[in-house]
Amino acid sequence: MRTKFTSVLLTLLIGAGAAHASEGGNAGWQRSADNEVANLASLQRGANNFMAYCSGCHSLKYARYSRVAADLKISDELRDQYLVKPGAKFTDYITSSMPEADAVEWFGKLPPDLSLVARSRSPDWIFNFLTTFYADPAARQTGVNNLQLPGTAMPHVLSSLQGVQTVVWKNVETKGSDGKPVVSHQFEKFEPAVVGSLTPAQYDEFVRDTVNFLQYASDPTQVERQSIGIWVVLFLLMFTGIAYMLKKEYWKDVT
Amino acid sequence: MSAVIEKKGGFRAWLNKRLPVDQFMEDQLTGYYAPKNFNIWYFFGSLALLVFVMQIVTGIFITMHFKPGWATAFDSLQYFVREVPYGWLIHPMHAVGASFFFVVVYLHMARALMYGSYKAPRELLWVIGMLIYLALMAEAFMGYVLPNGNMSYWGAQVIINLFGVIPGIGEGLTEWIRGDYGIGDATLTRFFSLHVIAVPFLLALLIALHLVALRQVGSNNPDGIEIKENLGSNGKPVDGIPFHPYYSLKDIVGVGLFLTLFAIVVFFVPTFGGLFLEAPNFEPANPTSTPDHIAPVWYFTPYYAILRAVPDQKLGALLMGLSVAAFLFLPWLDKAKNKSYRYRGILSKLLLGTFFVTFCVLMWLGLKPADGIYVLLARIFTVLYFAFFILLPFVSKADGNGPVPNRVTYNAH
Repeated sequence: MRTKFTSVLLTLLIGAGAAHASEGGNAGWQRSADNEVANLASLQRGANNFMAYCSGCHSLKYARYSRVAADLKISDELRDQYLVKPGAKFTDYITSSMPEADAVEWFGKLPPDLSLVARSRSPDWIFNFLTTFYADPAARQTGVNNLQLPGTAMPHVLSSLQGVQTVVWKNVETKGSDGKPVVSHQFEKFEPAVVGSLTPAQYDEFVRDTVNFLQYASDPTQVERQSIGIWVVLFLLMFTGIAYMLKKEYWKDVT
Repeated sequence: MSAVIEKKGGFRAWLNKRLPVDQFMEDQLTGYYAPKNFNIWYFFGSLALLVFVMQIVTGIFITMHFKPGWATAFDSLQYFVREVPYGWLIHPMHAVGASFFFVVVYLHMARALMYGSYKAPRELLWVIGMLIYLALMAEAFMGYVLPNGNMSYWGAQVIINLFGVIPGIGEGLTEWIRGDYGIGDATLTRFFSLHVIAVPFLLALLIALHLVALRQVGSNNPDGIEIKENLGSNGKPVDGIPFHPYYSLKDIVGVGLFLTLFAIVVFFVPTFGGLFLEAPNFEPANPTSTPDHIAPVWYFTPYYAILRAVPDQKLGALLMGLSVAAFLFLPWLDKAKNKSYRYRGILSKLLLGTFFVTFCVLMWLGLKPADGIYVLLARIFTVLYFAFFILLPFVSKADGNGPVPNRVTYNAH
């Protein structure tokens, strides 16, 4: 009875969490990031990508260069050469290079800090954001729009790598609330307009590494936490087993 | 008892002359007789106490580094989690602990409902328990606001504005709670004071009273039989066993199982798919950016669903308050002769079963956006929720009087 109850409770607990997390439909361009946060090589490449392409505008203000280097097993020489920005100390927080006033003037808003973006959005969200920029003449500031975040103020910083793509739309007829047919634009496919320096597969890999790094940065202890967690759970199971045998021994007296 | 003490010499005798340690242990543990037929539902009282202590201890360490206030709260919590040794463990323990506190308390309350533990002579025990529940809700709400994430901010906006519907004093009251015209620095600093000092003290006091009242009337049990009415030749209940060592050891098994589940969540799924820690709360509070969908944490959602089910805001707030308060009157709404639902008719069982399902469905609905089919469902289940309290006096009077055995049901193992 007791074990049955516990397993049911556990299934319910984990099921509820999973069900809650897996909401939302697929519109054809949404993909899973499939990044592995325990993959050190990918994280190192991601850190490099972030410093090269993102950190000009975006800060990672809760992370220190030294901590990132230590966590990702980056040597002191490589850390100082590739990670730490000119003028910064290796113990500093990773701040953006751009003066705030300029940023607001150029983009209309401050580029957000990315320390927690993988938790406030999700790794998949970032992956889809970085892969679904498309040419849109209506976007006068940047010339591009985004399927994940329509109307984004961010220009397509990675266009030299990805190239520029356009979206082919299809008209879809659905019934409105009043019963009359409503025609709406829906995504059908991307078409390359300008070729970038990376193939689509290479670009996905580039974004995947970057997303992976951002997931690490959002919760730097997650890998260590899980590896400790296994031992904690094993200890607790053993403790419970011993406690149960002790209880049984005492309860023999109860008739 | 005093004879025992006198035989012992040394420190223990010296101590007991000055502080009744042994007497206290005797009264509370070794000489306190509890029914021997407790089942799994009887784990949750001691587990609630465990979580309370855990929240206090983890809270102490968070308080050492957390800086309440509009500009400092979010950053200082990130500092704690990322740079203070074991902050990465202590913070999720505290945040996940809040959700587990409610899991345990809801199961503890469900137990009382099933076995009629609120009925005479345990009415006051139940009422004190309900006051603990209310204080816990306040504590959890303020704790949720403190980190000043975006959901903290917008959730607080919704909850505090609820007080604004009170005629006459509403608007002044909301300003008094916030300490400002909007949620700001003053709100966060006063919530910190209340969350860290006032409400924990109140909770500790109420928990102590809850335990004293429990020792006074004795535990109920799954059969709802008063074991004190059947004493053996030694003057102790024949169906009772000393709390220590029997239930102290049994509760440790419960603690082990509980901590295992707790550790699985803390170490592997601390946000629990956004149910325990919501994604928008990883963004600092932003009064100009509303999250896509504002919902309180899961333990408040049954009441939130009732609030939104009513088109009129004032009436909705009133019903919401009533839905919480209704529990207080259970001891007097239940007219059955028997305590336990084991010895009640099928109608009673159906009524209580429906109520449990209703509570869970409302919980789910409160997490959903308030549109389309969800509104209709919320209205249906709001009616069902109150139907339980309205029908209970009649149903319990009609079929709560069947025959009850003299001795508790217990199979020795």
